[in-house]
Amino acid sequence: MLPQTDAETVSTDENLEQELEPTDLEDAVDEPERVTPAIEFRDVHLSFDDKKVLDNVSFIVRRGETKIILGRSGGGKSTTIRLILGLLKPDSGQILIDGEDITGYSEVKMMDVRKKIGMVFQEGALFDSLSVYDNVAYRLHEQGKPKEEVEHEVQRMLQFVDLEDAIDKMPAELSGGMLRRVGIARALVGDPSIVLFDEPTAGLDPPTARTICELAIKLRDIQDVSSIFVTHELKNIEYLSSEFAVVDENGQVVFEMEGEKMCLINTEIVMLKQGKIIFTGKNEEFFGSDDPYIKKFVRGR
Amino acid sequence: MNSFKKFIFQLQEITNLIISAFLGVFKKPHYLVDLIRQMDIIGVGSLPIVLLTGFFTGGVLILQTYPTFQYYSIQSTVGRTVATSLIRELGPVLTALMVSGRIGSAISAELGSMVVSQQIDAMRALGTDPMRKLVAPRLLALIFMLPFLTVAADIFGIIGGGLVATGIFNMDYNAYITSVRSGISTADIIGGIVKPLVFGLIIGSISCYKGLTTEGGTVGVGRSTTNSVVLASIWVIIFDFFLSRAINTVLDIKYI
Ligand SMILES: Nc1ncnc2c1ncn2[C@@H]1O[C@H](COP(=O)(O)OP(=O)(O)OP(=O)(O)O)[C@@H](O)[C@H]1O
Ligand SMILES: [Mg+2]
Repeated sequence: MLPQTDAETVSTDENLEQELEPTDLEDAVDEPERVTPAIEFRDVHLSFDDKKVLDNVSFIVRRGETKIILGRSGGGKSTTIRLILGLLKPDSGQILIDGEDITGYSEVKMMDVRKKIGMVFQEGALFDSLSVYDNVAYRLHEQGKPKEEVEHEVQRMLQFVDLEDAIDKMPAELSGGMLRRVGIARALVGDPSIVLFDEPTAGLDPPTARTICELAIKLRDIQDVSSIFVTHELKNIEYLSSEFAVVDENGQVVFEMEGEKMCLINTEIVMLKQGKIIFTGKNEEFFGSDDPYIKKFVRGR
Repeated sequence: MNSFKKFIFQLQEITNLIISAFLGVFKKPHYLVDLIRQMDIIGVGSLPIVLLTGFFTGGVLILQTYPTFQYYSIQSTVGRTVATSLIRELGPVLTALMVSGRIGSAISAELGSMVVSQQIDAMRALGTDPMRKLVAPRLLALIFMLPFLTVAADIFGIIGGGLVATGIFNMDYNAYITSVRSGISTADIIGGIVKPLVFGLIIGSISCYKGLTTEGGTVGVGRSTTNSVVLASIWVIIFDFFLSRAINTVLDIKYI
């Protein structure tokens, strides 16, 4: 009963301000909205039947930050992402999106929150009765956008993931990697301010995987998108936490290594082990960690 | 006790599903295109099997009853028997059973595979309510199309009966028509329309519910498809009895 009344009240402006007050007053003066995290988990617990999948999970994704979530298979990574979208509800604890407590939200209220979130599903999850075009255009069609605008946007997104040729194909005619890329295009249509990637590079060749990481870096550094990037691949961690994107004099996006200029890359790693967070921090700390579980994860044995 | 609890729970869930589907109809965006597509699939698509069923049911009714009627020399009323039994009972029930086999199974298989391939989750993640986008059009299309299908089955049943009566038993064509006419009352027609409305709701809500609650991969899809056809058929037959009783009482139809 309680969480529901909470949820009703938190969305008002008064409460938002109350939450801002205690922390980071100096920043708050400049850009108050940056202090409110894009995603916040507070002591989240979730069990399926008797199995604890998430146990006291708390973390924050700041505006414009990318959180890499690591963990062994079955560790609760996809579950974490599903909680953010409200596809699942936690047993206890709170989940906040842009400072709004969504824990007790009804499905109808959740729809508005989901409008600003793009989600790349682990298995693609394309609508198999719709063509690639209609899949990517889905969100725009739902919003009743005019035809030319939809066409333009779909073209742009498919170009982004290098799939313009597949525009009229049905999902059944695509390979696994192509399905994933269409899924990415579909998630990014409509410029969501939060993007959730669930193992977007699994099963893709290294250059394509690299392209997807570049995409995530661009979203982070140029479009100020907050994101969660679930992955198993160490290469992805390296890309995401050591490179940044800038727009050069010619208006081109270029990727530079950390250290070439002064820059703090806005990416952190969160490691889940059997539903508990055992590590949060930068990549150097992660790769230099003494924790046997992390060592084993990095080296594979 | 446990299965009774489960039954009550499912009943509650299905009621919720019906309510949220109907409430959603009045909100934007309207899924008119989806509704029309479903009406086409359900209505036009089911027409052939429903007409065939009606036609041969009417035919076999005459085939089996004519000799007995002739024995008692009341063969002139045979058209009336066919018309009454088709419009009151056989038309609505057989149509509903055929539609539940053809459409109910398709709905739960489609929704079920969307659940197991995470398409329903993807839809929700993209901000669409599956109740409005998927359930409401199917439910409305079934409720709307089933009465038409039933009337079509009734008409073809009467035609089938007529062909058997005139073709096999050499009954006079006009005598058959007159007899059929005397068998159709307004009350029967109202009853014959009210029943399919309810049956459409039963088939639609059960098959959508079973589809959306699919668990356990492709095996689960098969299970929920079978369950939805079996359950919908049983409930159609059970409701038919109580609806008949209610309609007869309300419209004051005498059992003759
Ligand atoms: N609907 C469900 N019902 C029961 N258990 C579930 C359900 N969904 C997930 N689980 C369980 O929750 C645990 C975490 O699953 P989750 O999908 O979050 O793992 P993951 O970290 O994404 O793994 P992977 O890397 O293999 O994708 C698993 O043990 C799984 O069996
Ligand atoms: Mg997963």
